[in-house]
Amino acid sequence: MPDLPDRPRLAPGVRLHFDKTRNAWVLLGPERVIEAEGPAHEILRRCDGSRTTGQIVDELAVLYTADRSVIAGDVNDMLADLVAKRLVVA
Amino acid sequence: MARASPPLGLLAELTHRCPLACPYCSNPLALEGRADELDAADWARVFREAAEMGVLQVHLSGGEPASRRDLVEIAASAHEAGLYTNLITSAIGLDTPRLERLAADGLDHVQLSIQDVDAASSDRIAGYRGAHARKLEFAGRVVGLGMALTVNTVIHRANIERVVAIVELAAGLGAGRVEVAHTQYHGWALRNRDALMPTREQVRRAMDEVEQIRPRYAGRLAIDLVVPDYYARLPKPCMGGWARRSLNVTPSGRVLPCHAAETIPGLEFWSVRDHGLAEIWAASPAFQAFRGTDWMPEPCRSCDRREIDFGGCRCQALAITGDAAATDPACALSPHHALMLELADQGSTGSPLRYAYRGRAPAHDAIPTPTR
Repeated sequence: MPDLPDRPRLAPGVRLHFDKTRNAWVLLGPERVIEAEGPAHEILRRCDGSRTTGQIVDELAVLYTADRSVIAGDVNDMLADLVAKRLVVA
Repeated sequence: MARASPPLGLLAELTHRCPLACPYCSNPLALEGRADELDAADWARVFREAAEMGVLQVHLSGGEPASRRDLVEIAASAHEAGLYTNLITSAIGLDTPRLERLAADGLDHVQLSIQDVDAASSDRIAGYRGAHARKLEFAGRVVGLGMALTVNTVIHRANIERVVAIVELAAGLGAGRVEVAHTQYHGWALRNRDALMPTREQVRRAMDEVEQIRPRYAGRLAIDLVVPDYYARLPKPCMGGWARRSLNVTPSGRVLPCHAAETIPGLEFWSVRDHGLAEIWAASPAFQAFRGTDWMPEPCRSCDRREIDFGGCRCQALAITGDAAATDPACALSPHHALMLELADQGSTGSPLRYAYRGRAPAHDAIPTPTR
């Protein structure tokens, strides 16, 4: 598995888009349409290269008033998956 | 009548004109001419209608889309419509000023075709001297502008021994993604099937090699594989199911469920010159013909996978069995599966590497069998 980026951002050619027809956020990339609703959207819209993964976890823990370690696990799992697919980069 | 949920993707064939003559081209043998092509205003309307009906991504394709002088204007109108805009190009005819304008006007992604790793073989496959060098140079310009780049290489007997080197080349060019796309035998590719067909052993080895190197590129280069049909046991869900996820508009405006659909006799296609895109998607006879599962014969009709592979590819069923409504013979349950294997084995072992190039005289010296 590749290392997780310190300050994750969406890869070139990847962007979040609100799909009005289906009333849902989606992540668009080359030959990729991935639903990005709820927590996924909250994580991805913070992947702008300015925040560290730790800061993203902090913000989501506040947003969802949830245990930080649980949020950290979810964020790391999702980012690891997207990094492996090269949808998120350092 | 099967209900139509909205499509996600639109393949916009801006022109059939192309400076290359790749023998694996899946465009029809009878190409549409320049005089019949939709103009930029037509395309802008098609893109607006597509976005309104739920299409998210548009693929500007051809032929070579750069053969159109108004490519920048067309691409900008796709972006303005709110579509994720992907340009599928051979790089030939796309100079730096036009590329910079495409980038500035919101083009999301560039997909570049590369035929092989070395220039002599690549140019021979493309039927165009000097193409390979120009493609490598173009890749550098795309990456230099900060744009996302995919390298697409169609795999066949003349390059299948070098799939690993092809992936390495894509990574070295700075691509974020590479498509290792085994040939799909439609149009010119079907005509050249025997010369393009790799052996069963070559296919097995190439598939293994890609899986072996995949972890090495995780996070650096996404590797997407278009798997070969002829030695398969399960059919591909062609187009994600007929008239289910995407649609195709030809240079003259005819709307097809897949880009080889015009090979199927008796289908009635509607044009964007006469109908709205949403109406065509919902009601045109060609889209209704094989939508859903009601049209299926056995063994598809009672199969657990009928909503996974949707019976496979209609055009391939026609090409091999003579019946577009038959089960795709790539499926081991098809009564024609053995015939398909036989065609592949015979073609791959009993024929020279001699191609019929589009627009060229058919006589071409056989190419020596390539080695690793």
